[in-house]
Amino acid sequence: MQWETVIGLEIHAQLSTRSKIFSGAPTAFGAAPNTQACAVDIALPGVLPVLNRGAVERAIRFGLAIGARLNRVNVFDRKNYFYPDLPKGYQISQFALPIVEGGSIDIQVGEDTKTIRLTRAHLEEDAGKSLHEDYHGMTGIDLNRAGTPLLEIVSEPDMRSAAEAVAYARALHTLVTWIGICDGNMQEGSFRVDANVSVRPRGQAEFGTRREIKNLNSFRFLEQAIDYEIRWQIERIEDGHAIQQATVLFDPDTGETRMMRSKEDAHDYRYFPDPDLLPVKLEEDWIEQVRAELPELPGAMRERFQREYGLSAYDARQLTGRLELARFFTSTVSLTGANKAKQVANWIMGEVSRRLNAQNLPIEACPVPSETLAQMVSLIDQGIISHKAAKDVLFPHLWELGQQVLAGTGTLSFPTQDGAVESIIIQKGLAQQNDAAGLEKIIDEVMAATPKSVEEFRAGKEKAFNALVGQVMKATRGKANPAQVNELLRAKLSAG
Amino acid sequence: MNHTLKRLSSLLAEGKASSVELCQDYLARIASLNPTLNAFVTTDPERTLAEARAADALRAEGKGGALAGVPVAHKDIFCAEGWRTTCGSRMLADFVSPYDAHVIERFKAAAMPCLGKTNMDEFAMGSSNETSFFGPVRNPWDTARVPGGSSGGSAACVAAGLAPAATGTDTGGSIRQPAALCGITGLKPTYGVVSRYGMIAFASSLDQAGPMARDAEDCALLMNVMAGFDPRDSTSLERDTEDYARDLDKPLTGLRVGLPREFFGAGLGAETAAAVEAAIGQLRKLGATTVDIGLPNSRLSVAAYYVLAPAEASSNLSRYDGVRYGYRAPEYTDLTDMYERTRAEGFGAEVKRRIMIGTYVLSHGYYDAYYLQAQKLRRLIARDFAEAFRQCDVILGPTAPTTAFRLGEKTADPVEMYLSDIYTIAVNLAGLPGMSLPCGFDGQGLPIGLQLIGDYFAEARMLNVAHQYQLATDWHARAPGLDAS
Repeated sequence: MQWETVIGLEIHAQLSTRSKIFSGAPTAFGAAPNTQACAVDIALPGVLPVLNRGAVERAIRFGLAIGARLNRVNVFDRKNYFYPDLPKGYQISQFALPIVEGGSIDIQVGEDTKTIRLTRAHLEEDAGKSLHEDYHGMTGIDLNRAGTPLLEIVSEPDMRSAAEAVAYARALHTLVTWIGICDGNMQEGSFRVDANVSVRPRGQAEFGTRREIKNLNSFRFLEQAIDYEIRWQIERIEDGHAIQQATVLFDPDTGETRMMRSKEDAHDYRYFPDPDLLPVKLEEDWIEQVRAELPELPGAMRERFQREYGLSAYDARQLTGRLELARFFTSTVSLTGANKAKQVANWIMGEVSRRLNAQNLPIEACPVPSETLAQMVSLIDQGIISHKAAKDVLFPHLWELGQQVLAGTGTLSFPTQDGAVESIIIQKGLAQQNDAAGLEKIIDEVMAATPKSVEEFRAGKEKAFNALVGQVMKATRGKANPAQVNELLRAKLSAG
Repeated sequence: MNHTLKRLSSLLAEGKASSVELCQDYLARIASLNPTLNAFVTTDPERTLAEARAADALRAEGKGGALAGVPVAHKDIFCAEGWRTTCGSRMLADFVSPYDAHVIERFKAAAMPCLGKTNMDEFAMGSSNETSFFGPVRNPWDTARVPGGSSGGSAACVAAGLAPAATGTDTGGSIRQPAALCGITGLKPTYGVVSRYGMIAFASSLDQAGPMARDAEDCALLMNVMAGFDPRDSTSLERDTEDYARDLDKPLTGLRVGLPREFFGAGLGAETAAAVEAAIGQLRKLGATTVDIGLPNSRLSVAAYYVLAPAEASSNLSRYDGVRYGYRAPEYTDLTDMYERTRAEGFGAEVKRRIMIGTYVLSHGYYDAYYLQAQKLRRLIARDFAEAFRQCDVILGPTAPTTAFRLGEKTADPVEMYLSDIYTIAVNLAGLPGMSLPCGFDGQGLPIGLQLIGDYFAEARMLNVAHQYQLATDWHARAPGLDAS
């Protein structure tokens, strides 16, 4: 039988507020246990929650970014259950009236673009952490995380493969970091994914029974977990079993999912509106102000890059993977001019990215500033330096220089002023030779030194031409203009 | 020891007494009478006297307000730094609060020493003070009888002169009903006027703190201390500061008093009815007119209340789980067992009954039938009052159907106990201010309470009515004949 997979994701994005959603305690990661938990967070008798406006503002930003409906009146509810790291015995969340409803986001899978619909996004507080490993026979409770603001983003079951789910999660990750509502740090749990997975015979309208994989904290685990789950479910059904609704955990060590609780163990959360908090009313003025402050969104920027700079869809998507990367690109292009955008894109996605990745640096920490990169691209374009010399000698030199400047060990400040890169080229003797007479002399010498190649070319072997070009370039130490070499060499060979 | 705050304030101002002397006198009286009355759960004379010395020093510098140095007692529902704060429960029997409630901060800012923490029904759930883990409070007028609840300790200590005034909280009548049963004056303000921060929650949408004192004028002075915006309570109202004593001396000429026919029907004791009728006559003499009004949905208030209050309580009390503070069962096998034993042993029967009711009405499949229906009733009840206040300035009736009943008399039948609050509950559901003041005594010498209900923020007007009534009567000035042996 042909099976179809149906996937919906619930993503918890930790909002980037400095203080918690209902208290003034800090949200910074990594403090000693329980040092960032105030009276409200540990739920002392008599304490009350006060809503953090910054968390609401970030939810509005998200709603606007995905074209969703913002509920002008939304309500916080209590979700009641007992757990040691849930200090109040209930989590404050939004149930019946979430702040954001609807909206969508486009994903790219291979050549295809697909629109994934969102069901809702609601504000809630995080729980604390139970530490089972550190205390023999006991459990430690760390409430630093309790009360951290979360935006739970729920998609419709619109994805049909692990690849689509990963593309959606990545697109959402890009978006939340792009609009500055979440730092996106998956290792620290700032972006956590739950996947609802089911399978059904292709062509069947009804959904199969779903199982929910909890708390996936990397895109790789998301893909592995879904793929495993799909295989497991299909096998079960083909073996004649029915799928039972359940919550499962993914074990990265075995690559398998295992059951955490079945539907029978599901809690009755007894949701009801939190009487300690008033309904949240969103004023139009506020929404408009947030809208005005939104940066250009990745989708719009992608289209603009293709339209204005003639970039391919692939390049545009790569460059809009992160806001900082897109900003580096646009600020470089603003200096070189739009006609050199493709070259800039190639440099950023090529040498710049390669070196950043090798050193595990983000674009913000790029040793070569966009001003310098722009000068270099322009100089290549003007034929002042060959691409090869730039790549092999100049760029590594600029990178090294930049690292010294960043480390504070170099004596120089970084050469960003006009003409700075050109003087380095001159200083280092890297200028491309455009002097035809000088080049002709070298070509003559090369032809004289390699008569075999000349003969082969004249016998019709095109390959021999490339060998000759290579020899000429070598003789000029890469400084010759390859186009000029080509032209002169062909002229001499056919003349000869 | 039946001085009003006003009188104590002038004794201090005139240098006829120091705060330390006042506190010593009250502490001595507490030491003598509390074993009989059980009105205080905790006293800490050293702490009280330290606060008194600080108040005296402040006065010596010519600083401090009119009430600086005047002591008060606080219901044990208010978290007070360094004080054991029990909420009348075994669950918190050893809980020492690391912080002050907003109300406590206000009294500290006014340099008013704390005489101790007063006994109460466990988590404020009760109408007789019999649900306290620390044993029942006795009514100073007849120690075989209850003082009412849940602020029974506060009411009894003021009536017996163990404190000149006390704080209370009122979720369904818990200031007014004990004030009535103990013959003192108590005010539940408009919801949101006094911050709930640091006041241990019973039913968040209904809880409101207020003063309990010898007369309306003292209540006004205490309101000036307690009321005010607090950003730590999202339901606290941001309003201009008001002087609650500003209208005390206004004549009552032209006052329109609404008499809800539903408050004078079956179930009201004959002696209580007669005393309330006499009070109406007195107000007419003072220039008021009366108008018959209807509050047709008020008969549903007890039913609505006993869905909503337990629902909120069941959630509010979830934090008492034995994990971080408070009682934890000494023996258990695993986490679930720890929860179950801790809560089974830490909570008393009435609290557990209400947690179960609340859990039930919020459960899947019952929420719409109970909780949502009760919320609808709540709106209908509020609408009745809004309608009534088009025709009158204050609403008047009895506070409680009967005078103080005997200990144990109603403990076997929770529903009968719940009906003690039949006249007070609707006020909380609507969020309105309500007060109780003494208006007579029954044949057994037990005090009878008169209830005034005002429109939102009409506290100053209600205090004016009560004060004018008290100028013309002396019910509030009578004191029980207790032997300070």
